[in-house]
Amino acid sequence: MKRWGSILAWVVVSLLCGLAVAVIALHRGESINAMWLVVAALCSYALGYRFYSKFLAARVLAWDQLRATPAERLDNGRDFVPTNKWVVFGHHFAAIAGPGPLVGPVLAAQFGYLPGTLWILAGAVFGGCVQDFVILFFSVRRDGKSLTEIARDEVGPLGGVVAYLAVISIIVLILGVTALIVVNALKSSPWGAFTIAMTIPIALLMGVYLRVLRPGKVLEGSLLGFVLVLLAIWGGQWVAESPTLARYFTFSAPALAILIIVYGFAASALPVWLLLAPRDYLSTFVKLGTIAALALGIIALRPTLHMPALTRFVDGTGPVLAGKIFPFAFITIACGAVSGFHSLIASGTTPKLIRRETETRLVGYGGMAAESFVAVMAMIAACVLQPGVYFAISSPAGVVGSAPATAAATISSWGFPVSAAGMASLAQEVGEQTLFNRTGGAPAFAVGMAHIFAHSLGSRLLMAIWYHFAIMFEALFILSILDAGTRVGRFMFQEALGHVWRPLGRTSWYPSVLFNSGLIVAAWGYFLWQGVRDPLGGINSLWPLFGTANQLLATVALCVATTILMKMGRARYSPVTLIPLGWLVAVTFTASWQKIYSPNPRIGFLAHARQLAALPVRAPETARLIFNDRLDALVTAALVMLVLLIVLESAREWIRVLSGRKPAGVHEAPFVATRFVAEEAS
Amino acid sequence: MKKLHQVGATVLAMLREIFDEAAYRRFLQRTGKSCSRASYREFLHQKLNVKPRPRCC
Repeated sequence: MKRWGSILAWVVVSLLCGLAVAVIALHRGESINAMWLVVAALCSYALGYRFYSKFLAARVLAWDQLRATPAERLDNGRDFVPTNKWVVFGHHFAAIAGPGPLVGPVLAAQFGYLPGTLWILAGAVFGGCVQDFVILFFSVRRDGKSLTEIARDEVGPLGGVVAYLAVISIIVLILGVTALIVVNALKSSPWGAFTIAMTIPIALLMGVYLRVLRPGKVLEGSLLGFVLVLLAIWGGQWVAESPTLARYFTFSAPALAILIIVYGFAASALPVWLLLAPRDYLSTFVKLGTIAALALGIIALRPTLHMPALTRFVDGTGPVLAGKIFPFAFITIACGAVSGFHSLIASGTTPKLIRRETETRLVGYGGMAAESFVAVMAMIAACVLQPGVYFAISSPAGVVGSAPATAAATISSWGFPVSAAGMASLAQEVGEQTLFNRTGGAPAFAVGMAHIFAHSLGSRLLMAIWYHFAIMFEALFILSILDAGTRVGRFMFQEALGHVWRPLGRTSWYPSVLFNSGLIVAAWGYFLWQGVRDPLGGINSLWPLFGTANQLLATVALCVATTILMKMGRARYSPVTLIPLGWLVAVTFTASWQKIYSPNPRIGFLAHARQLAALPVRAPETARLIFNDRLDALVTAALVMLVLLIVLESAREWIRVLSGRKPAGVHEAPFVATRFVAEEAS
Repeated sequence: MKKLHQVGATVLAMLREIFDEAAYRRFLQRTGKSCSRASYREFLHQKLNVKPRPRCC
């Protein structure tokens, strides 16, 4: 009876999923309710988790519930600790969910809500969740080794080197692009800049609370910090209204970029632990709270999506990001569908906490499904805005013009009516001087989120508070990524340069710390500087570069996973990783080709450089812009070549194993029986 | 009610793990020290001087 009840329940979930997907895919010309996206997402994840991940676990990976995990075997109370599965789930989710799944879908909303939503759902269920799950499982089977180490063991030394270079490249690009998002969100915004500036004394106060008053009571300290941040957001309105104070907190994009570069260097090179740890805790606290609040807000408001299912910009003429729906929608949304960066976390701290092999399914597959849902919420936040408003905020001045009347007329001519007066009124409502040309995704997301919060809580008077809360949340979190990421990058540079000259590898030698911090900051700072000086807003060229790098890292992870499956004697199940791998290769290689060679100057780096070179009168900056374009083309080509190498190396390994020229064998840790089965039984 | 209590306890344990309160408790157990300013400073010093955890974008 119970079995029939279960079958009936899953039939209902399947039908509901089909209905919701049909509504979002087939509706044209009329607005639909956002709850259809929520239902389609939740049902897709439920079906994927219940059936597909179970198939992966039982048939493909053949997990063993009697096998001890590294957390049990190597338990040292520090890195390796057997931990409750829900606790690991939360820990993993907190590490993988950042501003990426919020910003990517907002940028991809220029194509309409349909392409991005379908990619988020299908990409996550068949790609991203699978990648996270299998890499976590394989790392657990290998004493919690990192992706780079697994690649070296299973694919070969070349695999290790390529994985290392892909990781360092993606870290540099992530830091440059996320810093650019903060700059675009805070430029000419005294309220936002004041709130973020206030997080420095708040973090220091939290540091004193945690260290001196109540040692180790992080949750209490974070709550205190959260209340103070809310007060800083509230107080920001008076700063913005005061002509004297506003002057001190109004920064141009280049000035903000310099401040952020200095901050990144200080965070990496100076002993500022009193500031960094509390800020890290505060940003995580705010992030988890905001994601939960956004989910509740959407469910409470059940908003209508004003963005059409498909816009005219599927043809590649989009103002936010240039390029056709294929491949650029799939590059723009990385986190939320498939993100290579997750493979670093799935082979980093998480495998060292897994108590039982069988729990990798919840943490790996389930954690990614949860992140994917965050991306769906971001898509909803962007699409509840009137399309004209969305494009006015997200389009760069270089495309729509910098004068409000010109920008409004250009956007209205595309069939998305918007007026300069309406935008001025909205800007006033959210406490900004202007909302035109606020590229980068964060401001559009913040307006959408403020709209949802203000309407679901019944007061539009709070729009400005909610808007600045959203901006603060993204900026705070990105700054914590910047300081952690810069330190990770510094350690990686030290690891590599230590092979060249041993003292450069010593993490305690201060000249080495300064030198390597300077290197990593110069690397991402260069991309940031390039972005802020770009007349097209920077995001147009840098976000696809970042998305490509992230998806290329996913390609590396899926190559490694496929190789292991072949070596495990499970070649017949290899399509579970080969199909997403093939798709990612098609997407990333096409995008890279177009970014380098497209004759359209808005897409192709080289075409843009040629266009600038052909100008009859050159501005003083033109030579630098041409150099930037050529450098971006070179970086893209280098990334593709690296990944092509690992794809070919992996394919060679598959052929050798399948043809019997090489004995199949994997580098797993030896079997040790777990004690938890007996403990649970008794 | 018992189930609700269990859920609450798990959420609290999750937050303690995410915010390193659990790691500090394990540090105290491992080193045999008691909770104090000095031991927390030592814990933070150890934690922050190793390669930091990567965070996704």
